[in-house]
Amino acid sequence: MDAIFLQILNGLDKGGAYALIALGLTLAFGTLGVVNFAHGALFMLGAFCAVAFNKLVSLQQIVLDPTKTTAWGTPLEIKTPYVEAWFGDFGTFLINYSVPFSILVTIPIMLIIGIVMERGLIRHFYNRPHADQILVTFGLAIVLEEIIKHFFGANPIPQSAPDIVSGSANIGLWLGMGEAIVYPWWRLVYFAFSAVVIFAVFAFLQFTTYGMVVRAGMFDRHTVGLLGINIQKRFTVIFGLAAVVAGMAGAMYTPIYPPDYAIGMQFLVLSFVVVVVGGMGSLGGAVTAGFLLGILQSFASMNEIKSIFPGIDQIIIYLVAVIILLTLPRGLLGRKGVMED
Amino acid sequence: MSDKFNDFSRRSILKAGAASAFVASTPMFFISGANAAEYCNSPTGSTVTLGFNVPQTGAYADEGADELRAYKLAVKHLNGEGDGGMMNTFKPSVLKGNGILGKKVAFVTGDTQTKSDAARASAKRMIEKDGAVMITGGSSSGVAIAVQGLCQEAGIIFMAGLTHSNDTTGKDKRANGFRHFFNAYMSGAALGPVLEKEYGKERQAYHLTADYTWGWTQEESMKNTTEALGWKTTKTVKTPVGAGDFSQYITPVLNSGADVLILNHYGKDMINSLTQAVQFGLRDKQVNGKNFEIVVPLFSRLMAQGAGESIKGILGSTNWNWSLKDDASQAFVKSFGAEYGTPPSMAAHTCYCQALLYANACETAGTFSPEGVAKSLEGFKFDGLGNGATEYRAEDHQCFKDVLVVRGNQNPTSQFDLLEVVEITPRSQVEYDWKIFGGNLGPVNSKAC
Amino acid sequence: MLGKSARSDWLLLIIFSIVVLTAPITLAPIGAGYPDLLQKFAIFGIFAIGFNILFGLTGYLSFGHAAFLGVGSYASVWVFKLFTMNVIPAVLFSLIVAGVFALVIGYVSLRRSGIYFSIITLAFAQMSYNLAYSVLTPLTNGETGLQVRHLAPVDRGPDYVLKLVNEDLRWVDQALGIVEDGIPITNLFGMKMSGYPGFYFSAVLLIIAFFIALRISRSNFGMMLRAIKSNQNRLNYTGINTRPYLLAAFVISGMYAGLAGSLMAVTDPLAGAERMQWTASGEIVLMTILGGAGTMLGPFLGAALIKYFENIFSSINENILQTTFSFLPEPLQELFVTVTSLFVGPGWPLTMGLLFMLIVIFLPGGLMQGFSKIGGLFRREKKPQSQSEKPQAQDGGP
Repeated sequence: MDAIFLQILNGLDKGGAYALIALGLTLAFGTLGVVNFAHGALFMLGAFCAVAFNKLVSLQQIVLDPTKTTAWGTPLEIKTPYVEAWFGDFGTFLINYSVPFSILVTIPIMLIIGIVMERGLIRHFYNRPHADQILVTFGLAIVLEEIIKHFFGANPIPQSAPDIVSGSANIGLWLGMGEAIVYPWWRLVYFAFSAVVIFAVFAFLQFTTYGMVVRAGMFDRHTVGLLGINIQKRFTVIFGLAAVVAGMAGAMYTPIYPPDYAIGMQFLVLSFVVVVVGGMGSLGGAVTAGFLLGILQSFASMNEIKSIFPGIDQIIIYLVAVIILLTLPRGLLGRKGVMED
Repeated sequence: MSDKFNDFSRRSILKAGAASAFVASTPMFFISGANAAEYCNSPTGSTVTLGFNVPQTGAYADEGADELRAYKLAVKHLNGEGDGGMMNTFKPSVLKGNGILGKKVAFVTGDTQTKSDAARASAKRMIEKDGAVMITGGSSSGVAIAVQGLCQEAGIIFMAGLTHSNDTTGKDKRANGFRHFFNAYMSGAALGPVLEKEYGKERQAYHLTADYTWGWTQEESMKNTTEALGWKTTKTVKTPVGAGDFSQYITPVLNSGADVLILNHYGKDMINSLTQAVQFGLRDKQVNGKNFEIVVPLFSRLMAQGAGESIKGILGSTNWNWSLKDDASQAFVKSFGAEYGTPPSMAAHTCYCQALLYANACETAGTFSPEGVAKSLEGFKFDGLGNGATEYRAEDHQCFKDVLVVRGNQNPTSQFDLLEVVEITPRSQVEYDWKIFGGNLGPVNSKAC
Repeated sequence: MLGKSARSDWLLLIIFSIVVLTAPITLAPIGAGYPDLLQKFAIFGIFAIGFNILFGLTGYLSFGHAAFLGVGSYASVWVFKLFTMNVIPAVLFSLIVAGVFALVIGYVSLRRSGIYFSIITLAFAQMSYNLAYSVLTPLTNGETGLQVRHLAPVDRGPDYVLKLVNEDLRWVDQALGIVEDGIPITNLFGMKMSGYPGFYFSAVLLIIAFFIALRISRSNFGMMLRAIKSNQNRLNYTGINTRPYLLAAFVISGMYAGLAGSLMAVTDPLAGAERMQWTASGEIVLMTILGGAGTMLGPFLGAALIKYFENIFSSINENILQTTFSFLPEPLQELFVTVTSLFVGPGWPLTMGLLFMLIVIFLPGGLMQGFSKIGGLFRREKKPQSQSEKPQAQDGGP
């Protein structure tokens, strides 16, 4: 029983991450009709915003200690972070909370990257075949990866969650289910964060006039254009928003998964599967599919299930994707006529 | 459709046939006279070319870069430049610092991408185009075994880099391949006594194992070792390689009744599973009245950096660590650190040793021919390369030496000071009968190519 | 059109054959004239040409073709292990296995079109990869890859456990009394299939594959496939069932991939799971688009270019750069070496990423469009009054 409850938690947590990553992808697709293979790279850039922010706040003052030497004979360096030297306790606080604080820099940076990317590159590919879009965004993804690798190296760079949420929460006690159920605080934070972001994106599209126009544009771009609305400008903003969502998802994920330059490619295939299973261009579909696949993956990893179907956890996501796409032609919530030519 | 398909008519087939006949007659022209030497890529000029095949892209690019740094340092030392590093401590050695057999050492590099196909393509380029007489490097067992097989076919010596699977010198051993690095069996055997001392005889172990050959052999050897101590194995669970998020495998550990978690993972899988296991509060737990412990059988300092704080206090084994105090290690760290400003990793160390060992074998044999080199390496006993007295066992081309048991440093003095040596398990304890892993060394291939 | 182009097709085939067969000499100056890379050119050329039959003609973008390549490789190595080191049975068996595999996957995935088709093929390929890497290890030898091994001892006792991934039988070769010294290499009736002979074997198959693709492209069947690409709905409305045509194209291109996989095993008898990973499927898509999807020569050129980058650019290290730029004065040499080293050696993927972007931005039709542009320039010099100067594919942004 406890085991099943924990796996549901795992699934929700995973599903939150999947949904968040897929959301931006499907948003860009629904508005601009662009298959963005650089979406994973945007996720990666967000993660490295957090890494860079952490490096920045923990930039160290280096003092050489001539009395001690390293094993290869140079004087030993003694390092203290500048922010600690300057601000004292606040500096320590800033370093401790670097991951949540990095969101503040991630948002403007990713917005700029998204808009520049759309204006500078994606714009020229609206009417080109999807294959061309794939090739150019894939090329872009490689270039972005290589740039990050040049500056940060190939090994993962660990980021720690703030001390207060670095341990795990005793959920079992809260729910009166005994002490057996514990779950890491940061994962709960991530789940809550993804729920808030997903909700905010929906609210933005559903309850603001801006969002309404965008939705109208997604449905029939031509007519909205005829009404004298500059839908293009709004779509550009939406692409920026998609980049921000991907970036935030990446930044907040860093304490769970030490990021390296290739982290984007790892999530790329998965996020495409999620988007397509949900139905291309459908926001609700992406979120539903994200949670569905997250939970299924968690359950498939249980030993009881693996003993019946050996290796099922290796293929479950793909198997489910195939089955869903064969029974529901356009994924869970896809519209007719999207991406079928 | 039908009538045009019939256009694959007799005529076109005849023409194609004629074309292929023409083709078939051409190749002989290229083969003859290409190489008249008695063995493959026999160096004829004033230089000898070695092939350094390391991952330059992909997950292990940083380890590959460090291996390459070590090789370049070794080439420098062999050519008599720099301070000589471990050439001064290596004995018995006939290296003179004037290249190998009087020929200046040159090298070519390639990118394995940590993929067997790419690694073989890269090695073939070195053999076919650049005339490399020896290939060395690699940072995973799959790649090492694939390239070893290739070198056997081509008649080239292969000096394996970082490869930890039992198979490399076990069931996949080849007469042209040699490994200095230790293996999964030795990790288990070395960890045993330390685990007993630290954690006692009554423990319940839970294994998470990367679901591929290396993971399986590592799990098996850890299981055998710990069960011999009297530990019980609660469960062994296979995890997909590159799973990324291990939460669904870690939560079942919480209430399984186990009090030790053994992570048979390497590279990014190890970083992620360890980070996440610590986040799940496993290390703060008390089970059966004992502190819950995590063990990572194979530690690499470069990789451990990625796990950050999580590795503090975790036990594991390693081939070599730069904090060792013997003369040879000190000389190597000094030479490497002066050149590059960072201490060498264990991958760099094993690669440097392999280069020196190969050069010395050539000098001893008086030839670069694989047969001669193999003969002088087989059963070669040496010291002064940082691991104490070592022997290249003739039966399986595996080095036998002391194994380090290390622990994640609680109070690191620098970013490199991640591991502290807990114990140096003597060689006698990790030795095994070469027959237990099967396989067939076969004859050394020293034919012309 | 068909009649008129018949002669130019033969010309194309002859020129193509000459270019391919003289590659060892003509490609030597750019460092590509060694057997392994030449083999890879030919093998991935076959793969790309076959992929183009599906993608270039019908527009169906499969993201799972690497699975057929992998299956072809495994099938060939099993023939080597069980029956004979002669390559002919291995090649034939791989073609059959890949064809059957493609028939099954194609039958299922072709029920959907567009991106849904792409994702289903991707899902099948990823499943094959994950299974081959771990669960099916008794069949694939997992991470280490399936290899040709020593023969199992002849007098196996009753307790002997025969593990076929580790020991070989080679019934046919044994029956023929072929003596093996060490681990045997593949052969074509005694001619070893590594090195240049391996290249020529692959090259001949490449030329045949090219010829068949050319004939398919010019046939009514090819016309039908193009019609599917331009407007499948209209075809359906006129009462034509397009599925059989699509399935045929899918199976044919799957068999091309299987042939390529088989040749990889023929020239180098090892089959690894990573051949089936999604990145491998992505690579073939990139090759085809880079060269020019839908053209006859484009996919082959794209394949050769990517393999060239992977093998040659990755091998350029600082020593080589320093020698290359040694004619420059010291500070300039430093600068050139530093800048260039970003793009070669470990930086080769950067160069490739930039290349993808540049080509697809400026040459939407891939390399082939670039060539026809250059060709157009020459023609313009001859006939300045010609009207058809404007490149066709200028359909950029709004």
